[in-house]
Amino acid sequence: MSPTVKLLQGNEAVVEGALAAGLNFFAGYPITPSTEIAEGLAERLPKAGGRFIQMEDEIGSMAAVVGASLTGAKAMTATSGPGFSLKQENLGFAMLGEIPCVVVNVMRGGPSTGLPTAPAQADVMQARWGTHGDHPVIAVYPASVPEAYEVTIKAFNLAEKLRTPVILLLDEVIGHMRERTEIPDTPPVPIVNRQRPTCPKESYLPFDNSQDVPPLANFGDGYRFHVTGLIHDQTGFPTTAPAKVTALLDRLHNKINNHLDEILMWETEGMEDAEIGVFAYGATARSAARAVHLAREQGIKAGLLRPITIWPFPDQLVREYATQLKGLVVAEMNYGQLVNEVERAAQGQVPIKRVLQANGELIAPDKILQAILEVR
Amino acid sequence: MLAEKYLRDAMMPHIWCPGCGHGIIMQAIIRAIDKAGLDQDKTVIVSGIGCSSRASGYMNFDTLHTTHGRALAFATGIKVANPELNVIVITGDGDALAIGGNHFIHACRRNIDITTIIFNNSIYGMTSGQYSPMTPAGMFATTSPYGNIDRNFDVCELAKAAGATYVARSTAYHANSMPDLIVKAIQNKGFSVVEAISQCPTYYGRRNKIGDAIDMLNWQKENTVNVAAAARLEPEQLAGKLIIGELHNSSAPEFTEQYEQLLARVQGREE
Repeated sequence: MSPTVKLLQGNEAVVEGALAAGLNFFAGYPITPSTEIAEGLAERLPKAGGRFIQMEDEIGSMAAVVGASLTGAKAMTATSGPGFSLKQENLGFAMLGEIPCVVVNVMRGGPSTGLPTAPAQADVMQARWGTHGDHPVIAVYPASVPEAYEVTIKAFNLAEKLRTPVILLLDEVIGHMRERTEIPDTPPVPIVNRQRPTCPKESYLPFDNSQDVPPLANFGDGYRFHVTGLIHDQTGFPTTAPAKVTALLDRLHNKINNHLDEILMWETEGMEDAEIGVFAYGATARSAARAVHLAREQGIKAGLLRPITIWPFPDQLVREYATQLKGLVVAEMNYGQLVNEVERAAQGQVPIKRVLQANGELIAPDKILQAILEVR
Repeated sequence: MLAEKYLRDAMMPHIWCPGCGHGIIMQAIIRAIDKAGLDQDKTVIVSGIGCSSRASGYMNFDTLHTTHGRALAFATGIKVANPELNVIVITGDGDALAIGGNHFIHACRRNIDITTIIFNNSIYGMTSGQYSPMTPAGMFATTSPYGNIDRNFDVCELAKAAGATYVARSTAYHANSMPDLIVKAIQNKGFSVVEAISQCPTYYGRRNKIGDAIDMLNWQKENTVNVAAAARLEPEQLAGKLIIGELHNSSAPEFTEQYEQLLARVQGREE
């Protein structure tokens, strides 16, 4: 069967991707520029037998997603900067409780109410450290509408496989831009479902430290287990014993760090012979790709490094090319967030030029080209 | 024995202070669950943060000890995602009505089939005695050292006005009659609220010089009037008294039933 071809917005592609991944619960609250995701799912989910609820606020939406996931649902919420701030409390709960779910943040300019209808890559660090305490995090960042479809499915797969929330960051312009998108009859990647316990109910350890990702029972299946936002031992009940605290927090980090091969996604263009690299993600990577093309026309060997997974940060991507390059341009729509990670990973092996802009407009290719010429 | 069946023995001793009323109320919930005949494997206890919310960890069900004030929002997700589960929320006066006030009124409004037991001890006990939205004016707390100037909620009136279909009030002193009210709350197909007045001798009684746990239980006895008896009294005779018993029992469309009907309609199925 040939795929259905649609002219979709990025937000609509997230809806399609989530449904393809098996989404059956969505809780949300209206906020620009993410609202089309809630609207799309309000219409589509009931047709698919899923459940949609508009909660009283962003905090409640995140809470409802966690509750639903504990019954076995594939659950998602979608928001933008101010709402993402409010979700941080229960996002942290989901991380510690190891509750699979997907949180979409269609970013806008900030701080505060900011620029509700304008693009910004402003929440990159909030995605990493927005909720308090030491925690690992997975954040993925598509750069086109078709990629938003596929990366949404992958976000669910990672959430289910690793029993963790996954953050999907989307630029406002990708969320609202329309592109040709193929929706195949069967999902383009295999769908992953969380592992269920098979042990006797009496011996179930919902937070078993002997494996990176312990199986997760559904509420209602008779395992009668406890989930708390307090630091807990393998049984799920609170502990303050330092060795048990360490065992839990180590495992939470290890389950991400031991699966980097599956988590980290990136694309490169023209890096084989590149002397100048451009590191950019999301919508900015599209300007960067154009700038690389323009530089090549001028005889400059430029190439593009585009992370799709930004958290955990793809150190390998930067390290692999840092020694090969004469200069590296980092472009992002903020006052400098991921560039600090690039500099850390590059360990001083390549001069880095920053192209930063956070005025509500996309970074133009010419501005990136200029930086390529300067760093050459 | 009910304790063996419904309590997690390994979690004992509990954290509650000597004289605290919360254990009495937890016992009333357990008696009610047993009496209502709920399937232990299909019943989820959800709680927030505070002394009362620690009860979830002691109870042998699927239990979710959530963030401060958010228990009802988590519980809503559980109930909507799987309406077959019985969902009981345990919360305190600060948890439900200060930080969780928004979730509380909206759960009432939706009339979602969740039973909420509010352990009202008029104080933030876990953080050692700050005033809550249920601390009466004039009373003392660590954050009202000159007397509380805030007015307190009548949570039962609030729940009724916001749309809850079953509302009742009881006290730790009335331990014998409280389970029957909770049974009716569980059996109500809709959002049910039981305000269970508890005593905190450690942080409320001592600071306000109103005696020990026995004195506070006697206060509950002497300052409450059953709803049936209250109907025969004049308003001036009821001044300063708390009315206990079933205060409101009505019917309204329940959220998850409405959602099932919506699903059937959208999917073109027969209802």
